[in-house]
Amino acid sequence: MTTRILELRRDILNKNDETARALRARFRAADVLTLNLVSSPGTGKTAFLERTLSELVKRSVPVAALVGDLETDNDARRLAASGAPVRQINTHGRCHLEAEWVESHLEGWPLAGLAYLFVENVGNLVCPSSYDLGEAVRVVLLSVTEGEDKPLKYPGIFNSADLALITKWDLALPCEFDEAAARANIEAVRPGLPVIVTSAKTGFGMEEWLAFLEERRRLGPDFTSAAARPPEIAAAAM
Amino acid sequence: MHELSIAHSLVELALPVVERAGSPRVREVRIAVGVLGGVSVDSLLFCYDIAVRDTLLEGSRLVVREVPLIVHCATCARDVELPGPTQFRCTVCGTPSGDIRKGRELHIEAIEVDSLEDETATDGRADSLASGETAL
Repeated sequence: MTTRILELRRDILNKNDETARALRARFRAADVLTLNLVSSPGTGKTAFLERTLSELVKRSVPVAALVGDLETDNDARRLAASGAPVRQINTHGRCHLEAEWVESHLEGWPLAGLAYLFVENVGNLVCPSSYDLGEAVRVVLLSVTEGEDKPLKYPGIFNSADLALITKWDLALPCEFDEAAARANIEAVRPGLPVIVTSAKTGFGMEEWLAFLEERRRLGPDFTSAAARPPEIAAAAM
Repeated sequence: MHELSIAHSLVELALPVVERAGSPRVREVRIAVGVLGGVSVDSLLFCYDIAVRDTLLEGSRLVVREVPLIVHCATCARDVELPGPTQFRCTVCGTPSGDIRKGRELHIEAIEVDSLEDETATDGRADSLASGETAL
């Protein structure tokens, strides 16, 4: 039996990437800076986002959030207390968000006029790294309760991030958290990645974080410098 | 465990190509997975057999080419292969580098199918598809 080789060089996640590109174009047109927050479960993404939304709402900055979880709308209800519009995405067992779900949950939501759209991903340090959601900035969170070597154990997601946040700084002392070691490990897997140390509880580092957001907005219209982007995303944007 | 999602995406991508080729049987689906591709190859192989059930791809073999991690070192002015994804520094001079040139792949590369008997295809002949499909 003769055989034929059908050659096709395509990204397996081509469909997700196409949707993500369309989303990115939409965010750009609406002049909204979109951030994808990723971390393991229990790092404090929701608490951090609660604080962030409250601070921004207090400053009259228009902001909205999508929050992904396998089940329940607990997080959306927590975040909505800030006064910002929030929608819950339930993945029903899926371990990550996909661009398609972000797109469908934005339906009927006016993006124009928003300064920031936060997308809180499902708590998982593996799967979300493969799925572009059209975000301009991917933020990876690492809490002081998790251990300094998380970046070495999950290099893929840290490598794909544009910013690392160290969270729960108020617990650093009792956890004997070694900040220098954590920073060295982040640097080892993603040289040059900016790091901000924060506590949603005490507000430590929030000013630096809000300054980072403002700084990114000033970069417009993609809110990202070409140097900060992974090469394939930079190429896709051209 | 997103390998099942990836396996489904792979099937979704490969099926129309196989249908268009009109081949009676698919032998192999060849993919490339980089060190930073975010995929467990064992899980993907397992999920592939589930995802292809009751499709034209059922019975085909998934062949994975693993792609090493290669970064560009500005100091050495050349690409260097890293032993793993936990130390992004040049193995020659030690300069840190996040300038990844290879290792993020999650690509379908080729599908090997049986030719129809009335075809004159030679063994292992490579058919390039429309330009839209070869572009990445």
